Amino acid sequence: MNTLLDISDVVVRFGVRGGVFRSAGTIDAVSGVSLKIEEGQTYGIVGESGSGKTTLARAVAGLHHASEGSILYLGKELRNLPETQFRKLRREIVMMFQDPIGSLSPRLSIKSLITEPFRIQGMTDRDLDAEARRLLQMVGLPPEFAARYPYQISGGQARRVGVARALALDPKLLIADEPTAGLDVSIQGEMLNLLARLQDELGLAIMIITHNLNVVRHITDRVGIMYLGKLVEEGDTDTVFASPQHPYTLALLAANPEPDPDAQLMRIELQGEPPSILRRPKGCEFHTRCPFAQARCAAEVPDWQVKGAAAHRCHFPSAWEENRMEKL
Amino acid sequence: MAVLDIQKLSVSYATPRGELKALRDVSITVPDRKIVGIVGESGCGKSTLISAIIRLMAPNAHVGSGQVAFKGEDLLTKGEAQIRALRGTQISMVFQDPMQTHNPVLTVGRQMIDIQYRDALSKAEKRKRAVDMLALVGIPDPEARLNQYPFEFSGGMRQRIAIAMALMARPALLIADEPTTALDATLEVQIIKRLRELQDEIGCSILFISHHLGVIAELCDEVVVMYAGEVVEAGSVRDVFHSPAHPYTRALLECDPGHIKEKTRNLPTIPGNIPDLVNLPSGCIFAARCPRRFDACTARPAMAEASAGHGTACHLIGMEMTA
Repeated sequence: MNTLLDISDVVVRFGVRGGVFRSAGTIDAVSGVSLKIEEGQTYGIVGESGSGKTTLARAVAGLHHASEGSILYLGKELRNLPETQFRKLRREIVMMFQDPIGSLSPRLSIKSLITEPFRIQGMTDRDLDAEARRLLQMVGLPPEFAARYPYQISGGQARRVGVARALALDPKLLIADEPTAGLDVSIQGEMLNLLARLQDELGLAIMIITHNLNVVRHITDRVGIMYLGKLVEEGDTDTVFASPQHPYTLALLAANPEPDPDAQLMRIELQGEPPSILRRPKGCEFHTRCPFAQARCAAEVPDWQVKGAAAHRCHFPSAWEENRMEKL
Repeated sequence: MAVLDIQKLSVSYATPRGELKALRDVSITVPDRKIVGIVGESGCGKSTLISAIIRLMAPNAHVGSGQVAFKGEDLLTKGEAQIRALRGTQISMVFQDPMQTHNPVLTVGRQMIDIQYRDALSKAEKRKRAVDMLALVGIPDPEARLNQYPFEFSGGMRQRIAIAMALMARPALLIADEPTTALDATLEVQIIKRLRELQDEIGCSILFISHHLGVIAELCDEVVVMYAGEVVEAGSVRDVFHSPAHPYTRALLECDPGHIKEKTRNLPTIPGNIPDLVNLPSGCIFAARCPRRFDACTARPAMAEASAGHGTACHLIGMEMTA
């Protein structure tokens, strides 16, 4: 399998406007992330609000400038690529945005919306009516939807339109930002099944950004867990779910109430609130909320440790396991 | 006695297409000191139900029939002044979006003191109560935090402040409308745990609305499942989640990816759409999407007992009993 996307040590830095008496500073919303996505693979990026997952995705799609590191797409450097050249690449790297209704212009018909990519890419020789029919059929919507407007469709249907538009140009990499947020569970399944089916049919790679670990467990091949702009754990999805090493991964897994009143969950309650990215904690950045933190965690930055099919950044990866033994 | 006893409540909206029957014969009981969860997907009537209880209905809404008894008195027949006296003191509410609940240009302390306008206390005493309440919901350093503005708090903290304000007057009933939906998973767990502790401490009842089955299972004593404006199943959390009687409840539980232990790329769904609430189907409301539909489903099923205290509106119940 070929590596489609090779991200290494990517930093996305934003300027912060200071107050009257404060000097302006910078924040690293993404602070040194490295990961690889193979052709046809599904990669899940998980993390809470403000963890930098959307910023990372937008940097890959060329919507944010990466300050450091490299983003290789099929061996080609995307960082610092001028917008005129990036535009051509958007046939192959497409992004599906989070807000399904908000990302559709209310004044364009569904047909105009899903065939807009052809116009933007100057592919004027296409029969747009036929393309619209093909795309609607692909995402399971009836052809008469072409004449409708966004306000006439439901949230779930709007997401399908989003998928149709993203896949119009037969891309190689689809970046899906929270594709199921706000959907009812019955429709969430439809959306994920659709993405899985299209992936099999079209052989595209998907980078899926979500905070729903249940979704990640079922549909991804690999997963990366982000906290304060850094990966804290990364690897083969089954491995990470079977034996999470980082306490934050564990907390996320534990914070997933099961629909069973008698489920005996190991509750890992995190302390306090996520720290501000403006004032990153010293040492391990998770130590301020970690229930297993020790003196060393506040002082030393843990190394990235590869262990089998996964890797993590924690001084005491087995601390929670001892804790669990005590509870059992 | 039940704090809240809703009987046969029907609410409809006047729309250009005709009468939209948002709630039909909904009966829900919230016992004293219990947490009752309402689950259902978009369009099931959760929001209409809340607005009917606190009488904040849209101008085009119309109560067709039924009653909403709060401590034995029907709220629907009360005058506006009487309702206003109950809101915030006896019945209070936590809304979905913590970012928009507070006034952005007033300090949190000012808002928490203002809402005590009914009480004949000095400002210092009101401030003291605000501090105590913030401490109770787990805001560190509450004294200093009172002087801060909402934007200086994170989403999780703002929701806890909203809960603190709602519980300030020690109401008999707290209505929480998807209070954790806008929050991250780890914060959601914190809020749920806190709500349970507070409920225990204050001794109120909670009506908790959510579409997250896991949260309901974790927090609630009883659960009511709604579909397209009707109650399809109600009972203790254990009964409903362990032995769901209505096909819709079963389908909903099966769809939850947290429920599926084996990794799969083909997740279960509920085929079809919710019915048009203007032109309702004549029989069972779920029949069109139901995998176990049969002849009897052309008639509307009445609520029947699946087991003691566990009811469902499904024809299959009688069938299974006789079979």
